[in-house]
Amino acid sequence: MPAGTLYRGREGMWSWVAHRVTGVLIFFFLFVHVLDTALVRVSPEAYDKVVATYKTPIVAVLEYGLVAAILFHALNGLRVIAVDFWSKGPRYQKQMLWTVVGVWVVLMLGAIYPVLGHAARELFGS
Amino acid sequence: MSTTETTASGIGPVEGAALYDVDNPAPVIEAPRQRTKKTPKPTRGNFEMYGWLFMRLSGIVLVVLVIGHLLIQLVLDGGVSKIGFAFVAGRWASPWWQVWDLAMLWLAMLHGANGLRTVINDYAERANTRLWLKGLLYTATVFTILLGTLVIFTFDPNIR
Repeated sequence: MPAGTLYRGREGMWSWVAHRVTGVLIFFFLFVHVLDTALVRVSPEAYDKVVATYKTPIVAVLEYGLVAAILFHALNGLRVIAVDFWSKGPRYQKQMLWTVVGVWVVLMLGAIYPVLGHAARELFGS
Repeated sequence: MSTTETTASGIGPVEGAALYDVDNPAPVIEAPRQRTKKTPKPTRGNFEMYGWLFMRLSGIVLVVLVIGHLLIQLVLDGGVSKIGFAFVAGRWASPWWQVWDLAMLWLAMLHGANGLRTVINDYAERANTRLWLKGLLYTATVFTILLGTLVIFTFDPNIR
């Protein structure tokens, strides 16, 4: 640990870092997502053409990453609220982080087939 | 200072009689941090506190809106492969999903913009850099919110 730093490591700091990184990524995606959806005002063809890229295997992997970022940010956000508003929140912040990670892993396992299934069928045949 | 207790009647320990009564009231001592007319007006409001509160309140609502959105778009009914103009037209035929998407757009953009504002304040050390980055952020945010709102309200399923 370098001298004179505010950063303290461990669960508290790294969950904060992950919350920031996922938040910034989600915001940039949101900006792009509103722009691509706005194409419905141009023409059905223009919209369908752009949405077709969302259905390619490479972008499907990015979508899985987006789901990972959103689910972590959502679950950890609820943990932050609990830390701020629940009187015992700060005492249990570590346990709550590992609960967040556990729920996140389960949800990510559950998202494999729905989010990546069509890409697998496209790559390896159905 | 062993105690801050005062006797209600103001009976002195030696006198044994009330020091003050209705005709001879005790002087009013103002609390040390009492705001008076002479206290300078605070130069900043509670903006940061409201921003902090907004992140938590909008966050709770967004958890429901966004996870519902992900379930519909990426998981149920064939996942992303079903999405197309016809699918959008079908959903926005219902005011329920219009309001859902409108609320999601506004809350997510304001939540994200306030988050990025915090990030810029934390890492951009020069005042000029902060000014330009936040100018860019606010421009992009207003543009995206207005564009998205316009698209939801003016959507025409028979555009072609």
